[in-house]
Amino acid sequence: MVHLFKNNGYNMVLDVNSSSVHVVDDVVYDVLDERNKGTRREDLEKKLGGKYTGEEILEALEECGELEKQGMLFTEDLYRDAVGQYQNRQTVVKALCLHIAHDCNLACRYCFAGEGEYHGRRALMSYETGKQALDFLVKNSGNRHNLEVDFFGGEPTMNWEVVKELVRYGRSIEKKYNKNFRFTLTTNGILLNDEMMEFCNREMGNVVLSLDGRKEVNDFMRPQRGGQGSYDRIVPKYQKFADSRNQEKYYVRGTFTHYNLDFAKDVLHMADLGFKQISIEPVVAPPTEDYAIREEDLPTIMEQYDILAAEMVKREKEGRGFNFFHFMIDLTGGPCVYKRLSGCGSGTEYLAVTPWGDLYPCHQFVGIDGFCLGNVNDGILRPDLCAEFKKCGVYSRKECSECFARFFCSGGCAANSYNFTGQINDVYQIGCAMQKKRVECALMIKAALADGE
Amino acid sequence: MKHIKTLNSRNLQNTLKKGGCGECQTSCQSACKTSCTVGNQTCEQAKAE
Repeated sequence: MVHLFKNNGYNMVLDVNSSSVHVVDDVVYDVLDERNKGTRREDLEKKLGGKYTGEEILEALEECGELEKQGMLFTEDLYRDAVGQYQNRQTVVKALCLHIAHDCNLACRYCFAGEGEYHGRRALMSYETGKQALDFLVKNSGNRHNLEVDFFGGEPTMNWEVVKELVRYGRSIEKKYNKNFRFTLTTNGILLNDEMMEFCNREMGNVVLSLDGRKEVNDFMRPQRGGQGSYDRIVPKYQKFADSRNQEKYYVRGTFTHYNLDFAKDVLHMADLGFKQISIEPVVAPPTEDYAIREEDLPTIMEQYDILAAEMVKREKEGRGFNFFHFMIDLTGGPCVYKRLSGCGSGTEYLAVTPWGDLYPCHQFVGIDGFCLGNVNDGILRPDLCAEFKKCGVYSRKECSECFARFFCSGGCAANSYNFTGQINDVYQIGCAMQKKRVECALMIKAALADGE
Repeated sequence: MKHIKTLNSRNLQNTLKKGGCGECQTSCQSACKTSCTVGNQTCEQAKAE
């Protein structure tokens, strides 16, 4: 499968199965386009003769033939069987999302956690429950050395002492069990202070700092409980925090909704604030919500991604570049094909833990009836449900197995699918359209930055 | 080549032989929490080399 697209003046070719990326001129682009349409070699001159000379078409064919010989064009999908076997392997738990507080000091309009409470009661995780969760992780992680624990909420800084105690406990058992904990924190910044920053800089491999962009956009969707905005209170702290981490191993992360479809401005606003690691992602919401992304919003969103990508190229060339999470692609390294095709691991390798120790497939399923998998004391009590999640992956969905972007999203998000279709193993079409666009933009950026090399 | 510039020389098919150790980061722990993005993740083995 060969995917062709034009973006920002570049003719791009992605050979899907080898993940080779080529920038080509018009004649090669048109020749490959005809080939994708099934045009026979001997008919090419008839089809394209008005635009190119016979010699040009022949040259294009020769160069394409050379790439085919080298395994970089029209390669086969060799992965289905191997990935199937990989997916059937005995999995271990390697990551937990600890809901350290089901409570929040903001009242974000789009919160999937219902302002922190996950449609349940307000609660803080006790140290004892957190400790049991870490023990559960160690016990169920097999030979896996690196274990990830994200302190999530609600707002985890509302239960800060427990966060610190759990980090201490985790560190105290690393050696004994030959494990390496990678702790991360996701916060809204309201309570963030110097002591927390220092602690995070010592102990947290990554911190995610929530901010939606421009002040009016952020404050409309992310008000405090009394209705006041949150922007002025958090931005100076975030700037200080990002600098103290040498502008790496963090993200300022926002959400865009139907109300700020011009979200490229929000990304650039955050870049103008000095942030170098930025992520802004589409809201996940049922179509009944007024702020939900609708199908008719897609053309605007596509245009925004194009505007953002072109501006990022410009800034990078001017020496003031920044990273945008969804445009980051490692073409020379990056994950192996197993990782790329076997899904996100929710419900198998990755679990969420509620303040009272219940296990869920991921943070987005917490509080949804029928998705509790067990608890940190008794372990997994619903292996049938885990098995359903284990099946999620690229080849379990027909649309994914035919999609050019399948090596970049691993089949999408089970929670998105569930929110929109009622099934965990279906396809969320609007999300797919955006994902494909982001892959194209990311590849164009690579081409533009390689230009002139 | 006159008409084609190739941006990467790595062939994903080669990772069939060596890959699958599972030590890499869980996708959702990185930044997203609302989507699924793997193309930008790092391979632990490549990091160690």
